[in-house]
Amino acid sequence: MTTELLTVDTIRPYAPPPQIVHAGASEHRGGTVTTVLGFWIYLMSDCLLFAALFATYSVLGREFAGGPTGKELFDLSYVLLETLCLLASSFTYGMVIVALKAGNRGRVLGFLLLTFVLGLGFVGMELKEFARMIGEGAGPGRSAFLSSFFTLVGTHGLHVTSGLIWMAVMMVQASLRQFDTVLPTRLACLSLFWHFLDIIWIGVFTIVYLTGAMS
Amino acid sequence: MLGKLTLDALPLDQPVIMGAFGFMGLIALSVVAMLTYLGRWKWLWTEWLTSVDHKKIGMMYIILALVMLLRGFSDAIMMRMQLALAHGGAAGYLPPEHYDQIFSAHGAIMIFFMAMPFVIGLINIVVPLQIGARDVAFPFLNSLSFWLTVAGFGLINVSLGIGEFARTGWLAYPPLSELDYSPGVGVDYYIWSLQISGVGTTLSGVNFIATILRNRAPGMTLMRMPVFTWTALCSSILIAAAFPILTVSLALLSLDRYLGMHFFTNDLGGNPMMYVNLIWVWGHPEVYILVLPAFGIFSEVVATFSGKRLFGYTPMVIATMAIAVLSFLVWLHHFFTMGAGGDVNGFFGVATMIIAIPTGVKVFNWLFTMYRGRVRFPVPMLWAIGFMITFVIGGMTGVLLAVPPADFVLHNSLFLVAHFHNTIIGGVVFGLLAGFNYWFPKALGFRLNETLGRCAFWCWLVGFYLAFVPLYIVGLMGMTRRLNHYDNPDWHPFMIVAAVGAVVILCGIVFQLVQLVVSIVQREKTRDLTGDPWNGRTLEWAIPSPPPAYNFTEIPIVTGRDAFWEMKRAGVARQIVRFQRIHMPRNTSAGLVIGGFSLVLGFALVWHIWWMAAAGAVGILASVIAYSFKLNKEYFLSALDVERSEKLLSPVAG
Amino acid sequence: MAATLLLGGCNWGVLDPQGPIGQDELSLIVQSTQLMLIIVAPVIVLVGVFAWKYRASNTRAKYMPDWERSTAVAAVMVLAPVVIVSVLAVMTWQTSHRLDPFKPIESAAKPVAIDVVALDWKWLFIYPQERVATVNEIAFPTDVPVNFRITSASVMNSFFIPQLGSQIYAMGGMQTKLSLMASRAGSYPGFSANYSGAGFSDMKFQAIASHQPSYERWIAKVKAAPQALNDGVYVALAKPSEKHPVEYFSSVAPDLFDQILHDTKRAPATAAMLGDVCVANKE
Repeated sequence: MTTELLTVDTIRPYAPPPQIVHAGASEHRGGTVTTVLGFWIYLMSDCLLFAALFATYSVLGREFAGGPTGKELFDLSYVLLETLCLLASSFTYGMVIVALKAGNRGRVLGFLLLTFVLGLGFVGMELKEFARMIGEGAGPGRSAFLSSFFTLVGTHGLHVTSGLIWMAVMMVQASLRQFDTVLPTRLACLSLFWHFLDIIWIGVFTIVYLTGAMS
Repeated sequence: MLGKLTLDALPLDQPVIMGAFGFMGLIALSVVAMLTYLGRWKWLWTEWLTSVDHKKIGMMYIILALVMLLRGFSDAIMMRMQLALAHGGAAGYLPPEHYDQIFSAHGAIMIFFMAMPFVIGLINIVVPLQIGARDVAFPFLNSLSFWLTVAGFGLINVSLGIGEFARTGWLAYPPLSELDYSPGVGVDYYIWSLQISGVGTTLSGVNFIATILRNRAPGMTLMRMPVFTWTALCSSILIAAAFPILTVSLALLSLDRYLGMHFFTNDLGGNPMMYVNLIWVWGHPEVYILVLPAFGIFSEVVATFSGKRLFGYTPMVIATMAIAVLSFLVWLHHFFTMGAGGDVNGFFGVATMIIAIPTGVKVFNWLFTMYRGRVRFPVPMLWAIGFMITFVIGGMTGVLLAVPPADFVLHNSLFLVAHFHNTIIGGVVFGLLAGFNYWFPKALGFRLNETLGRCAFWCWLVGFYLAFVPLYIVGLMGMTRRLNHYDNPDWHPFMIVAAVGAVVILCGIVFQLVQLVVSIVQREKTRDLTGDPWNGRTLEWAIPSPPPAYNFTEIPIVTGRDAFWEMKRAGVARQIVRFQRIHMPRNTSAGLVIGGFSLVLGFALVWHIWWMAAAGAVGILASVIAYSFKLNKEYFLSALDVERSEKLLSPVAG
Repeated sequence: MAATLLLGGCNWGVLDPQGPIGQDELSLIVQSTQLMLIIVAPVIVLVGVFAWKYRASNTRAKYMPDWERSTAVAAVMVLAPVVIVSVLAVMTWQTSHRLDPFKPIESAAKPVAIDVVALDWKWLFIYPQERVATVNEIAFPTDVPVNFRITSASVMNSFFIPQLGSQIYAMGGMQTKLSLMASRAGSYPGFSANYSGAGFSDMKFQAIASHQPSYERWIAKVKAAPQALNDGVYVALAKPSEKHPVEYFSSVAPDLFDQILHDTKRAPATAAMLGDVCVANKE
């Protein structure tokens, strides 16, 4: 098997399938395109998972049971800072892909690290917010509103955390040469994952924090 | 140290349970003993447990399903016996707390550990062959899905002897399933065995979608795919879309139980109706996940044994897609009696009936496939005839229940129970058994004994009607479901007939097992040397039985529907073979290891053994990361290897 | 029906309705079944006919191995179900509204109000107008609408009297409504139609429909009971019990139903079971 040159063209989703160059080419229907397609399908199932959590939040989100409401609890400027961290991390991840296309290992690693730090900052801020709320008696067991808040936001946070673990592994693998053939596909999938989480966060920010703080 | 787990967890005071658990343990020990005696541990490890071959994985799924059929059916026959005895104030032979676990386990086992694995097993074995592929898109993920299902299977079987199972019914509605009303470990076993195997199922859905979209042989456009592959595609899309909702429902319930949250409690803002909605948004597509592949099996079987093209291919495909989409729009019909009002109930009632239209189209298509055909009746075709008659009756009672005011007097009665068994047994189980008989020769290289197969069919068919027609009647008389004893003497004769029916089905199952054993013993007599024992129409019959690991020496070029039939007609049944080297994935134990850690995690969560749960979780993470560092995941079969393999497999071929 | 003749003395439940709701629902079941049999019966017959006529050994039958489409057949196979389903859909829409459990029965007679509370594992009935309460037994006059308000102080149950008609769920912290009427005197079995735990199989009650004088005598009998349903008695009653016998209470607070509805939403179940109903007022 000849080492296929995997450039950023083949790691963009929905790229046309590789040209059949020789008789055995039909054997290689696998590879990057199939992996990325499979990841998209998984991501859509994850989207439905979040949809169910959003639905639950919509139904239970005003059941305060006489306890604290979103208006009382949410600190919008804090959440804005969190959001900017996450959005910035999406930008820096975009730079990872640019660096990958340029074949610059150092910059790939650098931007991965930067993305990691921003993502870690996001998670750290979220945990701090949770701790504060729990300390004030507004923990997830206080009311159905708080249960659905902690679960929706927390599930997103768990996804981000998984992404950070994945990113750490990628940083290790990117610094070792033997993973160079599989790395573009893996970074492409992580890219989809990371941007997807960003989009979900926009939904959370709007539906949970903005509407909650304004009601 | 061990959380809630103490020696009290063993139900030493319940002889029936101890007997059952002991029996299961005995079987497991015998299997271990036999493997040791025959020196087959290495073979088991390298050929099966670490395999990423879709055919092997499919067969393991089906073995798991058959084992759980026995356990789920034991539950069924115990229930029928209890109700035949516990009339007019008699208590029967089962303590009520035990009976309540039995009906919950029966439903959970039959759906999650019998029907689903059987369907996924058949799709695994057949679909890559039908589309002319070497394997599924993600072979490792396939293995992982299987072992996650095994972890769930492990948990639900352990629950029999260590602790207890849920006493809530197979969907565990809150608030009954909340900690206040179900403080024991039963609901936790239910949650984790379903959650873990559910992840496996979701991954299978993703895998099959990618496989069918990407791995088809050149020339096989979507509209040239066999109908079974179409139904597998639609079913897989339903899996990917619906299972995340099950995941959320069970997760929220577990958050209530473990962290004191209030999603579905009566108090502090919780709303049990939310659970009912969420679980049925999953639950209704689930039954179509099961029945669509069964429909696909019948499309193959009826066309093959009528010696004729399937009538109405395009309407069949459109009907399948319509059913898949509509299945997401009807969930409320499972709780018309929750009081949603005329507009909402009316909408969902009408939506439910609309599904009868594409389903009816399918039935007509099968009917007219037989018309002006030359119909042979080997065992798979018997199942098809049995299905066509039985399933339409079940569909009819379904449409009846879809009229909300009719449902108001029939909801949760034995009429309902009869309806869904009518469609699940008459539709899904008959389909799976037809598929089992039909594709067995392909997978193993010899046919199943016809006579014993016929006996099994007739016992199932007669037994089904004997067991369930009385339930339709007694449901109309007002008997509700999940009773463990009753006073009304009028119901008693019907319960006796139903119990007799269950015994007749038991005979059917016994015939099935005997058929398997006898066929294996007599395999040289029924060996299939042609690869095409039924004069089949689709690509899986173009290769030797059993197929080599790589399936096709050369990926075929497809020029039309019923690709193999066309090849036979054109006289190119075996294409000119140019041996080339073939790219194959290596075996791996990663799936098994991750499954093992998942079992540990699940068990630990059930018993609140937090250190063990952490160890399980870390183990899963470490295994996944370790697997990502593995580089050498593929190997090549040289052209010479392939040529030698072909000569061994098909001495008949030129 | 032959079956009715064979089992003459049977209680035929849904097939033997004793009130207008039940009768309406039974005719709906019968009509829907007849409509569907128009398609289902010929299909079943055709399965047999085609399997026989086109069996492989019958070489006289025409064999057309490539015949796979026909506009005529396709049209029939789509139109026939569409027509039947359309008729059923209209029936569904109309009856879903007409027979909505929340809709009170129209009648000149003054309705009887009964509040229903599902407990573990018995039924508490409160008559807010007569200010009496019972467990596992209700009575009402014939040809008079009975308007039920239904809730649960524990898990989900379903309130069902098959011979009178519709069931409806009884849910904690929620209120559902049902309107039934009996046209003939009799004692009709009722029960829970949603599994609710250990004592579910015995969660039964009797619904006694009788002429006005008998009904009034029944009310008087209940009013003469030794016990009243005060808070302490209610707390004891709410504790789990199985095969609970019929009980009468001479008086009850008319807003007990609303109080239970409110308390179930606020207090955890265990607290209520331990006798601390008042804990809810702490919030």
